[in-house]
Amino acid sequence: MHRIISPKIAQKVMKLIFWISGIITILILLVIIGYVILKGMPVLNLEFIFGDPIDSGREGGIFPMIISSAYVTLIALLVATPLSMGAAIYLSEYASEGKLVAAIRFGAETLSSIPSIIFGLFGLAFFVIYLDMGWSVLSGGLTLALMALPTILATSEVSIESINKSYSEGSLALGATKWQTINRVVLPAALPGITTGIILGMGRAIAEAAAILYTVGAALAIPISIFDPARPLPLHLYILATEGISLENAYGTAAVLVIIIIIITVVTNTLVDRYSKKMMGR
Amino acid sequence: MEYRIEVKDLNVYFDELHILKNVSLKIHKNMVTALIGPSGCGKSTFIRTLNRMNDLIDTFKMDGDVLLDGKDIYDPKVDVVELRKRVGMVFQKPNPFPKSIFDNVAYGLKVHGITDNEVITEKVEESLKSAALWDEVKNILDKSAMGLSGGQQQRLCIARTIAVEPEVILMDEPCSALDPISTTKIEDLIHKLKKDYTIIIVTHNMQQATRVSKHTAFFLHGEIIENGPTDKIFIEPCDKRTEDYITGRFG
Amino acid sequence: MPKNIDEYLIEKGLFITAISSVVIILLIIVFIFWEGYPAILNIGFFDFLFGMEWSPSNDLYGIFPMIIGSLAITGLSLLMAIPLGIFCAIFMAEIAPKQMRKILRPTIQTLSGIPSVVYGFFGLIVLVPFMRVQFGGTGFSMFTASIILTVMILPIIVSVSEDAIKSVPSEYKEASMALGATHWQTIKNVLFPAAIPGIITSIILGMGRAIGETLAIIMVAGNVVQIPSSIFDPVRALTSNIAIEMGYATGIHYNALFATGIVLIFMILVLLVIANYFHYKKKVTVGGGYL
Ligand SMILES: Nc1ncnc2c1ncn2[C@@H]1O[C@H](COP(=O)(O)OP(=O)(O)OP(=O)(O)O)[C@@H](O)[C@H]1O
Ligand SMILES: [Mg+2]
Repeated sequence: MHRIISPKIAQKVMKLIFWISGIITILILLVIIGYVILKGMPVLNLEFIFGDPIDSGREGGIFPMIISSAYVTLIALLVATPLSMGAAIYLSEYASEGKLVAAIRFGAETLSSIPSIIFGLFGLAFFVIYLDMGWSVLSGGLTLALMALPTILATSEVSIESINKSYSEGSLALGATKWQTINRVVLPAALPGITTGIILGMGRAIAEAAAILYTVGAALAIPISIFDPARPLPLHLYILATEGISLENAYGTAAVLVIIIIIITVVTNTLVDRYSKKMMGR
Repeated sequence: MEYRIEVKDLNVYFDELHILKNVSLKIHKNMVTALIGPSGCGKSTFIRTLNRMNDLIDTFKMDGDVLLDGKDIYDPKVDVVELRKRVGMVFQKPNPFPKSIFDNVAYGLKVHGITDNEVITEKVEESLKSAALWDEVKNILDKSAMGLSGGQQQRLCIARTIAVEPEVILMDEPCSALDPISTTKIEDLIHKLKKDYTIIIVTHNMQQATRVSKHTAFFLHGEIIENGPTDKIFIEPCDKRTEDYITGRFG
Repeated sequence: MPKNIDEYLIEKGLFITAISSVVIILLIIVFIFWEGYPAILNIGFFDFLFGMEWSPSNDLYGIFPMIIGSLAITGLSLLMAIPLGIFCAIFMAEIAPKQMRKILRPTIQTLSGIPSVVYGFFGLIVLVPFMRVQFGGTGFSMFTASIILTVMILPIIVSVSEDAIKSVPSEYKEASMALGATHWQTIKNVLFPAAIPGIITSIILGMGRAIGETLAIIMVAGNVVQIPSSIFDPVRALTSNIAIEMGYATGIHYNALFATGIVLIFMILVLLVIANYFHYKKKVTVGGGYL
């Protein structure tokens, strides 16, 4: 009745396996990020960042793409933030659990798991064609707004809910109305969490290409009006890489994207850190 | 040897926090020792040092000696797993695994390499009987332990602990989450178990300490202020602070 | 009382924002169906879903090879990502020293934030040539796509599983360790079983992401419409089909691509329903019982 492998040996072996899995994961990241950044570095200079593309991206820079990315992301956030914050406040402060709330939650969940190409299809059928916005910053931005919405909603809801109930009870007991309490007590306390949600939503919008493939056009010029077509960074990278236009500029564009994502990760982590320290009363 | 556990000049730190200060205590064999003291004075930390559960906390540091049957349990050569098998523990909140009643008791046996189903079945029955739970659960052994009442869950945890035949049982406020009837049952159980086991029980309840223990140690701010026979501590304490505590003047 | 009217209006306003996600999702479904339905009518439900031939110039619109393609890529990537992901999650939740956890967490977050086109680009530049040299062929294959997908779904599986393991009440772990179980025994017998609903949720989420991924797959999978006979064959996923052909599709071809979208939505909805089922059972209570 003796086991072949003693618990002690199993413990040692498994610990080794766990370490290896952890290290493999880190290595994967380091290899991908390291490769992209190292290959992109030689291209990254002021001329590349602030220059116009020449010969459809074979030469020159990516300034119009950076502006395009910023433009569509801004529109996405301007639309998604109020909608998702309103929804988060309603869900955490007003709604009582029931069929309706379950439906809203399922809606948000579905929204966050729908493939981005489906958003692209919808954007094409609805914004571009049905509402006749054409291939434009507006169509692309609105499509991205739909994608960022559930991200911001989920993070905001959690952070609003985590604000100690006694906070709001204290305020209500002082005779403040519900909205006054939310506005003056709950929201300020939940602000760091909400900000984190917005930044995460921003990350999702900046990184997206499939959803804007058929909504934003692919123009190389800097978009001025919201009805101008544009070419955000991920889309530019996709076109450069798949059409074999310029490997160098593709590396440069990829490096810029990765750096943006790293910055976003660092910022959200710092925010969350500081936030949780504050909550712990330090 | 007369003493099962000897603690000498034990200091425990969590990071920079000095939690236990120069604690020395001798625990008699086959006897119940009660640890009392106000909340936060370090009772749990103390008993968790005795089976090295504190090792699970990153910030834990200690110095001093903890001897079990004369051997230092913090010796690098000591097998912690073996130690915990010898020094069992019952927690404040009943914490059965989300498994069946049978599997809860069988868990420790399986973990220690017993695979013979007959042996396991026998042992489970025996342990549940010793824990005075058998009659209540013998027909529902395959039901989830989570469906039991709090008191039953706590007796199940005791059964689970004695199934692996420890020499010492540490109990950290085992009755604080229970109603009076369940508490009485657990106390009866302790009386029954003390013949075979060395028991250390943390309690906030003075009556309980007098009812179940032969020996008592009073903790305050991480130090042992006074320890000795329970009768003496409760009837004529030497230290003013002990007297204040047991008469309910603070804490 | 104006104050109450304010409160009333605010609540109604918030309610409208709250149902926006339901409205959006319905709108999406309606529009995709609206555009896709004519194709299914025209082609026929079975010919569309189970047709082996996709050739718009010959009016043949069968998506079966692409359904298989999507499922095969997803399945293969899950096969690699599930063990690695769960082990890494356990490592992060239980084994890793504190310092290392501080590196791992942002690492995983960054991995999950990196745009899919960057993964696709990396695959195209590094992995495809590597596969070509190692295994022959063009290097564009179902296997290559699965590797890239593995990296892409790893963060989801790791982070959600880690969460699930961490949220197992520490009482269980302590109880097991106090009985003299080794750390591995505790993980295997107590922590892992208790975390299973969350771990399954993580797998389903990863699966959803894999099925929905588009551009990264296009860049490395070869995109040939065929049922692969080996993992080194090129394949085309449902998503790729839409993205590749939407640029020039008209008429029934255009509708057929939306109909492909319907199939995708359906797959995702099924996954969501399963995920919800497990999520629901996620809560475990410890101790107490009824006193
Ligand atoms: N993991 C830890 N990290 C830092 N400090 C801790 C930790 N665990 C306990 N402490 C501190 O150690 C001190 C003693 O705690 P302990 O739990 O031993 O007290 P106790 O006597 O058991 O109290 P109670 O009667 O409330 O259970 C407390 O001040 C507590 O805050
Ligand atoms: Mg305690």
